[in-house]
Amino acid sequence: MKRLVPIVIASIVGFVLILAKFIPPIQSWEENVVLWFDILAVFAFVLGGGNLILNHLKKISDRQAGWGFSVITLVAFLGTLTVGLLKIGVPPNEKYLDYVWSGDYQAEGSAFWWVFSYVYVPLASTMFATLAFYISSAAFRAFRANNIEASLLLMTALLVLVAQTSSGPMLTDFIPDDSSYAIFKVENIKGMLVNLFNTLGTRAIMIGIALGVVSTSLKVLLGVDQSYLGGD
Amino acid sequence: MKQSTMVWIILTVIAGAYLTTRVVQYHAGAVYVAPKVMTDEESGRSVTTWSQVPDLEKDSPGVEFSFVRTLGIWVSAFFTLAVFSFLVGDNVIYKIAESIFVGASAAYAMVVGFWAAFMGIFVGRLAPQFSRNTFMPSLEPDVSPNWLMLLPLAMGIMFLWRLMPAGGWISRWPLAFFIAVFAGLRLVSHFEADFVVQIRSTLLPLIVFAADGSFNLKASLWNSTMVFGTLACLTYFFFSVEHTGVAGHISRVGIYLLMITFGVGFALTVMSRYSLLIGRMNFLLKEWLHFGGTV
Amino acid sequence: MNTIWHKLADLDRRWLFALTFLAIGIPLLTGVVLPQKVSPMVVNVFDAIDTLPEGSSILMPLDFDPSAEGELQPMANAFVRHCAEKKHKIYFMTIWPQGVGMIQRQIALLKKEYPDYQYGKDYVNLGYRPGYEGVIKLITSDLPKLYDSDQQGTPVSQIPMMQGIDNIQQLPLIVNVSSGDPGLKQWVQYAATPYDSIEIVGGTTGVQASTLYPYIPNQMIGMLAGIKPAAEYEKVMFEKYPEIEERPESNLAHIFMTSQEVAHFMLIAIIILGNLVMWKTSGQGGRS
Repeated sequence: MKRLVPIVIASIVGFVLILAKFIPPIQSWEENVVLWFDILAVFAFVLGGGNLILNHLKKISDRQAGWGFSVITLVAFLGTLTVGLLKIGVPPNEKYLDYVWSGDYQAEGSAFWWVFSYVYVPLASTMFATLAFYISSAAFRAFRANNIEASLLLMTALLVLVAQTSSGPMLTDFIPDDSSYAIFKVENIKGMLVNLFNTLGTRAIMIGIALGVVSTSLKVLLGVDQSYLGGD
Repeated sequence: MKQSTMVWIILTVIAGAYLTTRVVQYHAGAVYVAPKVMTDEESGRSVTTWSQVPDLEKDSPGVEFSFVRTLGIWVSAFFTLAVFSFLVGDNVIYKIAESIFVGASAAYAMVVGFWAAFMGIFVGRLAPQFSRNTFMPSLEPDVSPNWLMLLPLAMGIMFLWRLMPAGGWISRWPLAFFIAVFAGLRLVSHFEADFVVQIRSTLLPLIVFAADGSFNLKASLWNSTMVFGTLACLTYFFFSVEHTGVAGHISRVGIYLLMITFGVGFALTVMSRYSLLIGRMNFLLKEWLHFGGTV
Repeated sequence: MNTIWHKLADLDRRWLFALTFLAIGIPLLTGVVLPQKVSPMVVNVFDAIDTLPEGSSILMPLDFDPSAEGELQPMANAFVRHCAEKKHKIYFMTIWPQGVGMIQRQIALLKKEYPDYQYGKDYVNLGYRPGYEGVIKLITSDLPKLYDSDQQGTPVSQIPMMQGIDNIQQLPLIVNVSSGDPGLKQWVQYAATPYDSIEIVGGTTGVQASTLYPYIPNQMIGMLAGIKPAAEYEKVMFEKYPEIEERPESNLAHIFMTSQEVAHFMLIAIIILGNLVMWKTSGQGGRS
């Protein structure tokens, strides 16, 4: 019961989606399944939030190292949740001013909008922006041409980096566009590297991944792979 | 006092003094807003909303200085610098910013999911009358409840059972449904878009003639490289044959071609990462410190 | 032995951080804007929007979050301005929760620069729906099944520009801006590939771009891969619609490209220097 029912559910649902591709009359089943899936996806957020609360509460109650930061995380979590769920500062829909809950939950000027604009945006964007510094550092320490493969990678990267500037293409502006040497213009070399060599390499990887996805999916739908059910 | 502490104190004082001059001279971080009054003619009820306006319009009639939004810009600047502070070394300010980020981002997704999906789809369809009287007043009055929505609701509740101390296995049913939809969708889409169509796109003529019947060397070379290059890369990934002899040479070419691919990927990644940093620097210099004026 | 090369080999990485900081910050302060040479791919993307008859319907999913705004905001702005100049109807939506805020910025741009653009008639914000690629899969065959109301909760039946729209196959073009999965890849996989009637162009981050080139041109008309093509797009747009250039920050990608230019050359110098250090110190106990 604990394992058989989920496996049967997975097989039926999965094969409905596959067969819908080939049998148009069952497309409406597919639409309902996908709709329920879309709705169910919202519970993943709730599950994530629930896990976050449980983990941090445990950290606090056990007085683990850094438990103070868990308090801050929980305060930020609950604060954002409260202002968002209660629509604090959200003006009503301009056509229905008597309905106080009718406004957009992220309306400009609301508390939730403030948290998004002035807390979430700077934190999220700066977290990723710092990677630029580490790229500079890694380029100095690790990007070495010690063999043919690494040299090829390095030369390609340098050429594309030059071509991705404004002045790079100007370096070969002296070559006329209609000349037989036009392929040596920086922008054309970049075009060849990106549109030809990058495409063929990525395509080979893509074909490999596609085969991997197909086989993994089939294993799940046929009940061969049950790892998602966990132990017990 | 340690020398490094002394240096930090001096730097902080200089930065503070500089910021003060930016605030006094250039109104650093200041945000101005204009009101918009909405009035319901039937009930006479009116509500005022505020929208940000460019600094250039700050002296226009009705435009006001917004303390809350100005504070927001300063809070943004603080968090930006707090995250950057990690570059100097791990520190408490960074850890606080990181903790707030984790909490706020999880809650943000939950709130959006709650209003967009839970209330908008579930409650809106299951209890249209309630929705109409509260958060969706524009809903048509003759909409009847869609009881089919109870099914995903039940699955959702079973899904959350995972958080309970006992009976966690109940969540396996909706989990199986979830995984099956992913598997079913991806099997078809990957097979079609990333396998069949990719092979079809690689089936190119090796000898190409132009419209006037002349031999097109460039297109022929391009197509030949695409076809044989893809095959060489695939050979490298084909492990059922030992990579020796001819297969070894071909797979060697495949590695070289893949290295070019990764080189392109690296260069584009570099461009991408610097762009993100430029975006933040633009915020600090222009939106916060008002260098070069604001918009 | 303690030569300059050995000192460089042990260089504190914070010097490189400082260099990066300056390479990006100083060009931004100068306000210098460099000319851009337009590539054929950018022209293809521009033409896909520009050659559509005035008032065509464009689906614009903005599937990115603030972490990519430095790279994608300029191109999203350019797409919206271009569509508005052509008086296209814009259908905003997102499959990323954070995309709600990104759409909000584009609507603010429309309100500021195109005050005659009316909500519900010229543009609509369908907002966010959960379900990852499942959303795309569903709306290709039945849009109202998932999007029965807009971001404000107004039923789509009451929105003029939603009348007669049963699925996204009826919209002549998708203009997607995305920074990861689900995003442009999934729009190609679930919308553009199975349905011949769906055409797509995209804007994406450089990180993601290299994996998407195999879809061009059979499954996708073209894409803007990062900030450089975004600047080129601005240039083509300014040539056709010169009045846009007069507006503040309409050349945001151009402004960013100046810093990008310096940063690229700085990185090239760093790589060359790193290799020189390795070459000079190898076998002499230096770090290589």
